Amino acid sequence: MIEVKDLHKSFGDAHILKGITTSFEKGKTNLIIGQSGSGKTVFLKCLLGLFDYESGSISYEGKLFKTLSNDQRRELRAEIGMVFQGSALFDSMTIAENVMFPLRMFTKQSKSEMEDRVNVVLNRVNLENAHHKMPSEASGGMQKRVAIARAIVNNPKYLFCDEPNSGLDPKTAIVIDNLIQEITDEFNITTVINSHDMNSVMEIGEKIVFLKDGLKAWEGSKETIFKTDNEVVTDFVYSSELFKKVRKMYIEENL
Amino acid sequence: MNYLHNIGAYFIMIKDTFRKPTKWSVMKPLILKDIDDLIIGSLGIVAFIAFFVGGVVAIQTSLNIDSPLIPKYLVGFATRQSIILEFAPTFISIIMAGKVGSFITSSIGTMRVTEQIDALEVMGINAINYLVFPKFVALTLYPFVISIAMFLGVLGGMAACVYGGYGTLEDYIEGIQTDFIPFHIVYAFIKTLVFAFILATVPSFYGYFMKGGALEVGKASTTSFVWTSVIIILLNFLLTSLLLG
Repeated sequence: MIEVKDLHKSFGDAHILKGITTSFEKGKTNLIIGQSGSGKTVFLKCLLGLFDYESGSISYEGKLFKTLSNDQRRELRAEIGMVFQGSALFDSMTIAENVMFPLRMFTKQSKSEMEDRVNVVLNRVNLENAHHKMPSEASGGMQKRVAIARAIVNNPKYLFCDEPNSGLDPKTAIVIDNLIQEITDEFNITTVINSHDMNSVMEIGEKIVFLKDGLKAWEGSKETIFKTDNEVVTDFVYSSELFKKVRKMYIEENL
Repeated sequence: MNYLHNIGAYFIMIKDTFRKPTKWSVMKPLILKDIDDLIIGSLGIVAFIAFFVGGVVAIQTSLNIDSPLIPKYLVGFATRQSIILEFAPTFISIIMAGKVGSFITSSIGTMRVTEQIDALEVMGINAINYLVFPKFVALTLYPFVISIAMFLGVLGGMAACVYGGYGTLEDYIEGIQTDFIPFHIVYAFIKTLVFAFILATVPSFYGYFMKGGALEVGKASTTSFVWTSVIIILLNFLLTSLLLG
C-alpha cells in the first residue's frame, strides 16, 4: 500500500499540490483523474521520487520515502515498474533488449534465463514475434505493450502508468486497460494509473482519486462514481452526452 | 546568477558521473558504442581536414616568404609548429565540438524529451553515470585522433609543398626536423586530454539538463557548441600561458 499525507509541491510561486491525502491499495487498479493542469503528473512524479516535495509524506508499506537512504531508495525503485505516456523505450535497443534491460541491471540471471523471462512477458502482452524489431518500427499500441512488458519483467510490487491510453484508438485502449487490470490481479501488485480517459475510469477504476486545482476533490470507485452527486466530479466525468445517458441508465437499472 | 547555478550544476554532474557506477556488463557495450560513434566515426572528417589544412599552411608560408635570407626549410618548420602546437589539438577540438558535441547534446536531449532519462531514474539507475561515463571513457582515446591529425597535417603540408612546386622534399624534411622540442608534443597532448574532458562533459550537461521539446533540442545543441568552443579557447590560452609562457 502507498499512503500519501498532506502532500504539498510548488514550482516557484506556483503551488501545484495543495495538501493531498490519500492511499493506493495493493492488488487494485488505482486511478488518478482530473483535468489537464490539475496536478496529476506532478503528483505521480512525486510518488515516484522524480520530484521532491516541500511538505507532507509518502510511504511505501509504512516506510517513509524521504527517510530512506540512497541504497534503500534504489532497492525500492527496483520494485517499481513504470509505463510512461510516450512509452519511453530506448531507441538504440530492440524490443527484446528494452524488456531485458531491468533484468540486466538488477539481477544476476544468465543470458538464457533472461531470454526465457523476456519471452514469458512478451507472450503475456501478446507480442510473441516482435523481439527483433526496433521501437521505431512498432505501432503506438505495440510500444505501450512493450513498455508494460518492461515494467513487469522484474516482478514489481508497484506499477505506475502515466496516461497509458493517450494516442491510442478506443479498441487498443481497451486492450491496454484490460492488460493492466489482468496483470494487477495476477501478480497482486499496487497499480497507480494517471488518466483522463473516462472509458478507463468505468472499466478498471477500482479506486479513483479525483484531483482539481491541486486538491483531492473526491475519491471512490467505478461503482460509486455513478452515484455521486459531487458536482465537480460529475461535471468532469459526465461532460459528454453519451456518459450522461450511461449514468442515467446505470442509476435506473440499479434502483 | 543563472551562470553560477549552471557552473554548480555542471560540477555536481561531473561528481555524479563517477558515483554509483552502472554494472560493467551493461557499461561495456555502451563504451564500445561510444568509441565507435565518437572516435572511429570522427576519423574520416578529421583526416580530411587535417591533410588539406596542412597543405594550405605550407602553401601560405611558402607564398609569404619573399626574402632570400629566410631559409627554404622554414616552410616545413612553420607547418610542423602550426599543426602540432595549435591546429591539431585546438582547432580540431573546435571542429569536434560541432560534430561530436552536437551529437552528444542532441542524443541525450532527445532521451530527456522522450522521457527515457526519467525511465532510467525511476528504475533507480544513476542516469548521469549511465549516459556520461561511457562518453568520458571513449574520449580518453581522443589523443589518438589528434595524433592522426598531426601526422596527416604535416604529410599534407609536405604533399602540397613538393607536388605544388613550393619547395623540395629535402628542405621540407629538414624543416620538420629543425629545432624539434619533444615537450611541444607533451604540451599538445596535455591540451588534448583537457579538451577531451570538455568535449565529453559540456555537451552532456546541455543535453541532460535541457527542458522542452524538439525545438529546444536544436537550441541546446547550438548553445552546447558555443560554450564548448568558448571553454576550449579559454583553456587553450590558460594552458599555453602555464606550459609555454
